[in-house]
Amino acid sequence: MTKSYDIAVIGGGNAALCAAMTAAEAGAKVLILETAPKTYRGGNSRHTRNFRCMHTGPLGPLVEDYSEEEYLADLLKVTGGKTDKDLARLAIHTSEECLPWMQEHGVRFQPSLSGTLSLARTNAFFMGGGKSLVNAYYRTAEKLGVDVLYEAAVTHLELEGDQITRVVYTCEGQMHSISPKSVVVASGGFQADTDWLTRAWGPAAQNFLIRGTPYNRGVVLADLLDQGVQSVGDADQCHAVAIDGRAPKYDGGIVTRLDCVPFSVVVNKNAERFYDEGEDVWPKRYAIWGRLVAAQPDQVGYVIIDAKSLELFMPSVFPPLKADTLEELAGMMDLPADKLRQTVDRFNAACGDTSKFHPTELDGVATSGITPPKTNWARPLTEPPFYGYTLRTGVTFTYLGLKVDRNAQCSTKTGLIRNLWAAGETMAGSILGQGYLAGFGMTIGTVFGRIAGREAAAYANK
Amino acid sequence: MQTNDLIQEARRQAEICNACRYCEGYCSVFPSMHAGRAFSDGDITQLANLCHNCRGCYYACQYTAPHAFDLNLPKALAEVRRDSWEVHAWPQPLARRFHTHGGAIALSLVVGFALILFALRALGGGNHGDGFYAALSHNAMVAIFLPAFVLPLVSLFIGLRHYWRTVGGEPIRLSHITAGFGMAARMKDLAAGHGDGCNFEDEDRFSHARRHVHQAIMYGFLLCFAATSAGTVMHYVFNMPAPYPLFSLPKVLGLSGGLLLTFGCGGMVMLKRKADRALGDPKAWGGEIGFILLLGFVGLSGLVLYALGATTWMPMMLALHLGAVLTFFLLTPFTKMAHGFYRLAALVRDAQRRSLR
Repeated sequence: MTKSYDIAVIGGGNAALCAAMTAAEAGAKVLILETAPKTYRGGNSRHTRNFRCMHTGPLGPLVEDYSEEEYLADLLKVTGGKTDKDLARLAIHTSEECLPWMQEHGVRFQPSLSGTLSLARTNAFFMGGGKSLVNAYYRTAEKLGVDVLYEAAVTHLELEGDQITRVVYTCEGQMHSISPKSVVVASGGFQADTDWLTRAWGPAAQNFLIRGTPYNRGVVLADLLDQGVQSVGDADQCHAVAIDGRAPKYDGGIVTRLDCVPFSVVVNKNAERFYDEGEDVWPKRYAIWGRLVAAQPDQVGYVIIDAKSLELFMPSVFPPLKADTLEELAGMMDLPADKLRQTVDRFNAACGDTSKFHPTELDGVATSGITPPKTNWARPLTEPPFYGYTLRTGVTFTYLGLKVDRNAQCSTKTGLIRNLWAAGETMAGSILGQGYLAGFGMTIGTVFGRIAGREAAAYANK
Repeated sequence: MQTNDLIQEARRQAEICNACRYCEGYCSVFPSMHAGRAFSDGDITQLANLCHNCRGCYYACQYTAPHAFDLNLPKALAEVRRDSWEVHAWPQPLARRFHTHGGAIALSLVVGFALILFALRALGGGNHGDGFYAALSHNAMVAIFLPAFVLPLVSLFIGLRHYWRTVGGEPIRLSHITAGFGMAARMKDLAAGHGDGCNFEDEDRFSHARRHVHQAIMYGFLLCFAATSAGTVMHYVFNMPAPYPLFSLPKVLGLSGGLLLTFGCGGMVMLKRKADRALGDPKAWGGEIGFILLLGFVGLSGLVLYALGATTWMPMMLALHLGAVLTFFLLTPFTKMAHGFYRLAALVRDAQRRSLR
């Protein structure tokens, strides 16, 4: 490496690119070190689809308005208050100015996708999804003079006192060391490192599927934590959803989700129900089901619907198991048939008047007299054929990360690190103590990526 | 019967797409795809003919190789599309030759030249022809080109009727036709939902290059066609036989059309050389290039013929131009030219689907 860089950005997803573009526009010479090959560049961003955005009045593809207070209230609800309110407000408040900025940097939006109308007001969808956003940002970054190294795996940041003095990475089998003036870490969580996940979760983690990139192994995160950089969040907190049990171990992305839970009965391997399937509309509940399934024996759940519900949800990528009787379906799923029959019979008997059934609204069609209850969309499973899916826990990203301040700057116990900033999933735990809000990861990445880029460039330009 | 493997592969991919839907805003294919949950062979054929191979969905896709899902929808649909043209074309013995063999097109062109040269020698201009008619009389031209024009139209009509049955088309209303033609006239599906164009010559960069050269070819062709029609009307209705002066309808239309056609085809060949062949139907590449060169040659030879019309080169150029036109017409149902008709049918069918929903 003969060239000298003002800033090294570690990672190649949304937050990294926002930081790199912002810094380059401020005149800094920027190098992106992306550990993935070009075909897999972009980290988890390549699997995303939208950006949750506050707005007063219609903005881009977004209709009506979504106030700072409502946005914050939504966040507080899903996190149970486990958030840094100051940073949360900063992310929410800044999201509004991000949308036009994203458009200026090549991102194109499209109307809310079919099947996601409930998000038309709050979430701006990228045309073509996250990979097209990533592609557009790489194009723009290159135009701004940002250099990109693929398959460049950063192994160590040398922290001396209150500064990072060296960035060590391997590329094409060779070890390199550079000393940029500023460093931005935007290399995600550690979810693809099963050993680390197992240390946090216990053996259950072996059964988790990783929804996104296999490249987020938390190497830089671990390296910095080892050197005393301040952390935030718990190692067992993450964005985890219940996904199709047949999904690949890594990188299954959006298509492995199952939207049928609200219209189903979900049981564990002992054919027992364990949670209210109809608690809320699915987009608001899918993020808690990952943990619910993780808490069941063998970390597996079984969703059962009957013929009348088959077309009420988005088609699944793998076809469901199908049988004419519950017993036959139990056999296909390795469930105790008698027990399943008993559970479903009890459930069916607890269903009442279903005339008010409405698949897209909280209809209040509930069970009575069973635990757990099903509080909406409770219709008996009576019409063959019956369909079944297995559910597994799919981890999107882990929340244990780097603690940052309003400037996205990292610190040790003794104070700020002069030239280290963090953005994206690697610091999202500051705002997401638990739970998740659809499209908020991209908000955090964009807002703090831009802040990190701005601050890193200001320091480098000093 | 359409090739089952190709349909099956496209169906496999469409089922993954339908669980994702990220590409919904790009073009007509995805809203049509997302309207259903299962895809019949006819549905896949219709989706394939709606696809303009703009490649936006490929570059946006998180599931392309090396991902295990191995999505390459533009290619899968291009293969089904070409197969559908071959299967629906009539008569069948000619159908499976020209889409995949540029050489067959070149050979046909030589035969076309030879036929016209033979006609020139055998029939000549008679005693009282002016301009081109001195080389080949008007009656002789009509005797050659009337069947060469009508027969391919009959063939296309039979093919399209067959297509309409395959995709489950219903009785057409005027509004379906205007909607379909409106999409084609603006080539809206190559502009993408955001209006930035398609991904073709430079990976994921959006540009209007392909859309613009396509429009040059399409409108160039239509202008040339209009020039010939204007000449026919002037000849028969107004008793004004050729040659026509520069500021006459046939000349103005023909010259502008010829220029658009020639430059459009040249531009299209250049773009296709830059584009990634693995995102189209690799087998059809030679046939497509052969067809574009033929069409471009029709335009270029027409311009040269005009330039040399008063010289001794005229009969030779006339033979080259008319030979190319003859070949082009006769091969229309069996070359890439057919795509325009099937594309229109698919767009009309899509407008119908939307209106019936």
